[in-house]
Amino acid sequence: MATTVTKPNPKVNRLGLQVLDYRGGKTTLCAGCGHNAISERIIDALYEMGVQPERLMKLSGIGCSSKSPAYFLSRAHSFNSVHGRMPSVATGALLANKTMKALGVSGDGDTASIGVGQFIHLMRRNLPLIYIIEDNGVYGLTKGQFSATADIGSKLKTGVINDLPAIDTCALAVQLGATFVGRSFSGDKKQLLAMLKAAIAHQGTVMLDIISPCVTFNDHEGSTKSYKYMQEHEEAISEVGFVPHFEDISIEYDAGSTYDVTMHDGSHLRLRKLHEDFNPTSRVTAVKALMETHERGEVLTGVFYVDTQKPSFTDLLNLVDEPLATLPEERTRPSKQVLQEIMTRLQ
Amino acid sequence: MATGDVALGSAGVETSQPTPGTKEDISGATRKPVINDFNIQVATVNGSGSQSANSVLLRSIFGMGIPVSGKNLFPSNIAGLPTWFTIRASKHGYVARKKEIDVLVAMNAETAKEDILSLPSGAAAIYEDSQNLRQYRDDVVCYPVPFDKLTAAVCPEAKLRKLVKNMIYVGVVAKLISLDMKAVETALRRQFAKKQKAADLNWAAIEAGYNYASESLTKQDPFVLERMHATDGKIIIDGNAAAALGAMFAGVTVVTWYPITPSSSVVEQLIDYLKKYRVEPDGKATFAVVQAEDELAAVGMVLGAGWAGARSMTATSGPGISLMAEFTGLGYFAEIPGVIFDIQRVGPSTGLPTRTAQADLLSIAYLSHGDTKHVMLLPGSVRECFEFAQAAFDLAEHLQTPVFVLSDLDLGMNNWMSEPFEYPKKPLNRGKVLTSEDLTRLGEFARYKDVDGDAIPYRTLPGTDHPQASYFTRGSGHNEKALYTERPEDYQNLMERLNRKFETARTLVPAPVVLQTGKSKVGLIAFGTTDFAVTESRDQLKKEYGVETDYLRIRAFPFTHEVHDFVSSHDRVYVIEQNRDAQMLSLLKLDLPAEDAVRLRSVRHFNGLPIDARSVTDELILQEEI
Ligand SMILES: Cc1ncc(C[n+]2csc(CCOP(=O)(O)OP(=O)(O)O)c2C)c(N)n1
Ligand code: SF4
Ligand SMILES: [Mg+2]
Repeated sequence: MATTVTKPNPKVNRLGLQVLDYRGGKTTLCAGCGHNAISERIIDALYEMGVQPERLMKLSGIGCSSKSPAYFLSRAHSFNSVHGRMPSVATGALLANKTMKALGVSGDGDTASIGVGQFIHLMRRNLPLIYIIEDNGVYGLTKGQFSATADIGSKLKTGVINDLPAIDTCALAVQLGATFVGRSFSGDKKQLLAMLKAAIAHQGTVMLDIISPCVTFNDHEGSTKSYKYMQEHEEAISEVGFVPHFEDISIEYDAGSTYDVTMHDGSHLRLRKLHEDFNPTSRVTAVKALMETHERGEVLTGVFYVDTQKPSFTDLLNLVDEPLATLPEERTRPSKQVLQEIMTRLQ
Repeated sequence: MATGDVALGSAGVETSQPTPGTKEDISGATRKPVINDFNIQVATVNGSGSQSANSVLLRSIFGMGIPVSGKNLFPSNIAGLPTWFTIRASKHGYVARKKEIDVLVAMNAETAKEDILSLPSGAAAIYEDSQNLRQYRDDVVCYPVPFDKLTAAVCPEAKLRKLVKNMIYVGVVAKLISLDMKAVETALRRQFAKKQKAADLNWAAIEAGYNYASESLTKQDPFVLERMHATDGKIIIDGNAAAALGAMFAGVTVVTWYPITPSSSVVEQLIDYLKKYRVEPDGKATFAVVQAEDELAAVGMVLGAGWAGARSMTATSGPGISLMAEFTGLGYFAEIPGVIFDIQRVGPSTGLPTRTAQADLLSIAYLSHGDTKHVMLLPGSVRECFEFAQAAFDLAEHLQTPVFVLSDLDLGMNNWMSEPFEYPKKPLNRGKVLTSEDLTRLGEFARYKDVDGDAIPYRTLPGTDHPQASYFTRGSGHNEKALYTERPEDYQNLMERLNRKFETARTLVPAPVVLQTGKSKVGLIAFGTTDFAVTESRDQLKKEYGVETDYLRIRAFPFTHEVHDFVSSHDRVYVIEQNRDAQMLSLLKLDLPAEDAVRLRSVRHFNGLPIDARSVTDELILQEEI
């Protein structure tokens, strides 16, 4: 007796692509490394948002974190650049082709130490880039030295204690002009995914600081960037919900306790307030909340600041609609008459 | 010290101090006129607005059809420090710096004494009459002029007087050297094209100076101009503007920079041109310019843009080059195009930021750690600034590597005569880029594979709509498929291919310019702005010493075979350059077989002032033991 086994149709997104189409190479990071979890969420977010893989550029600096673009979305062009300088590479790439989406992955060392100058200017420019810091408080790749995001008093495995204050990359980003700033935790699947999806819908600089424990050098008792510490001390500012523009958006909002942001593409970022006074469109509120929680020894997560109005860097430059990179010669080399005109004026 | 650096005590140069008993008869009656062959120097302070006056002088001489060149020697300062502008009229067309000043306009009280002391015997000096410079030199023709009084008479507005005073000296000089006043007026109206009132006021000042000189000064020096037709159809432009034009006509789309003297005016002038000629009817730009936070970011943006397929460039000078080292190595290793202009100034460190040198050769040739080497183009004229800017973009995209254009302060910031630039004959060479149709046709793509045997692989651009288009760019070890590797043979293969690619570059870069009779045993090698002095020096050697020399001007690194041939066919080859360490000679030595390397000798000039012919001639005579 013959039985026909019908394979169920694989699940696909709105482009007809499977989640497999968003995968990358096999990770070479340590098992349990927070960075791997983040790569997984990136894959989910890109898949669920239906981003065409060929329309995305992945950029990174140097570090364990900066390696991770190799582990998701193989079908996208990727540029693993030099330590701390990914912002400039991303800027150049996006100027060359502003029609692309761009996602940058950095580490806390890559961003807050060697790259802090470029980071600051990236935020100022509001370049349309999703900038992710995979933040473990240490230099993973060089085997566990403190980074500038390590909290005062946090201890290395070797017993060394950090006695310098941490740089809060989110507070910096808010002050400097990034238009979407949030913090999450690699272990918080739901929050991170929602945040990443909203990031994809946003059009200026998205700065996400994602706490991502380094299981090899910084996941022990006393480390403020460990799984345990995060589970005990994470305080979410709001519950992040995200509704892409292509889904049914007629949802009932829980009036009074939610804040709804309409993203550039018509998607909705819905923040269910846990804090009564929290308003993600105020820089002052955002920085205040960050500092207050920090003083209490807590780590605030959530989306702290969103501005969908500020023009992005590529808007400010008033570029032609097509990518500069592939403009035809007729549009980039002025005519013979122009040269003659200039020469005559120089005579 | 004025720019007539006789005070530097270079060997063999007559001293400028008046020597008792050897006084020349400086009365005009007995001296033969010196026509269209002399050097005017205007000594001022920076910020006094003398630039317009100086360009009017330069342009007027040019307008009389006489070959002319100008050099601005300025301090690294905004206002109040001594500045010298020299204008050389040369019927022979020599444009190198000439040390001896023939006509001095001493407008800076602070340096006036030094300025007049540095003049050769028989020179002329124009100065504010209250200065009484005559006391220092009785072998110099002195023309005291009551500048302040004359200025006050033509310029009632006190705050403009400082500026207008400059035009008075234009008038005085015009009369003394027989400048055609029509040419002066044309030059002035051109300078103040859109400012009728300013033009009128300045013209009045020029006339006042001219009239004063006619009435109150008696011509006693021999320096005069006569109309020629050697500048017909020529243009005047600075090297940085020429480079900017070259970049625009090369279709540059992404420009990044961090301001630094003497390179800033490349991008500043480029911005002006782009705004004028590269904005489409709907107001949108076909270019992006970013003032970056530093040179690391500037070059990072260049490589990001080059990677994504744009024609991208930055312009900098020595300190910026040092900062760009790491990224440059990435560009070389990951094979990313980009164009970097280095307008060289004097190093090391901050050095002399407003003085000229050719001293970045070695650091750029091998910029960045590991086995790295770069293509360098070495323009020797404003026209080559224009042409090599274009060649640089073609080469960068064709070879997929950063390409450097090494100009210098002298070429970049001074005005030079030139034939008008020619419109590019060839279409842009965008290099080996595969489209999605190509990928479908080929069925496979390996980013770093040498498919054509020239060691230049194919690339794809982000956004290419094909599932096989993407690849992973990295500065770490990679194989032909751009996958991470630490395998010894993968690394070695890659490094050897990059070496072969450099050999391909050797066949593509601009060949040298060779002037040889085939009879001389002595060869000269120079590059960039040293060419001006060498050209004049060769004439001096021939005329004064009967020595014929062959000459090769290098225009690029890696060296093409002509360079090798030239060295091997001469007994002695002098490499003449503007740095202390004989950097070009060192590069040549690394490239030449040992039996040829021993033929090389060195002539170096490194005091921050542009090299002059006399220094070259004297040094060659010394070394040749003639
Ligand atoms: C110019 C330069 N200096 C130093 C290094 C060595 N280095 C590599 S990764 C790294 C730190 C990475 O830390 P982080 O960005 O936090 O990434 P993680 O490995 O922790 O994910 C350092 C110092 C380098 N690659 N380049
Ligand atoms: S060393 Fe730390 S950061 Fe690096 S891969 Fe391992 S766990 Fe991750
Ligand atoms: Mg880290």
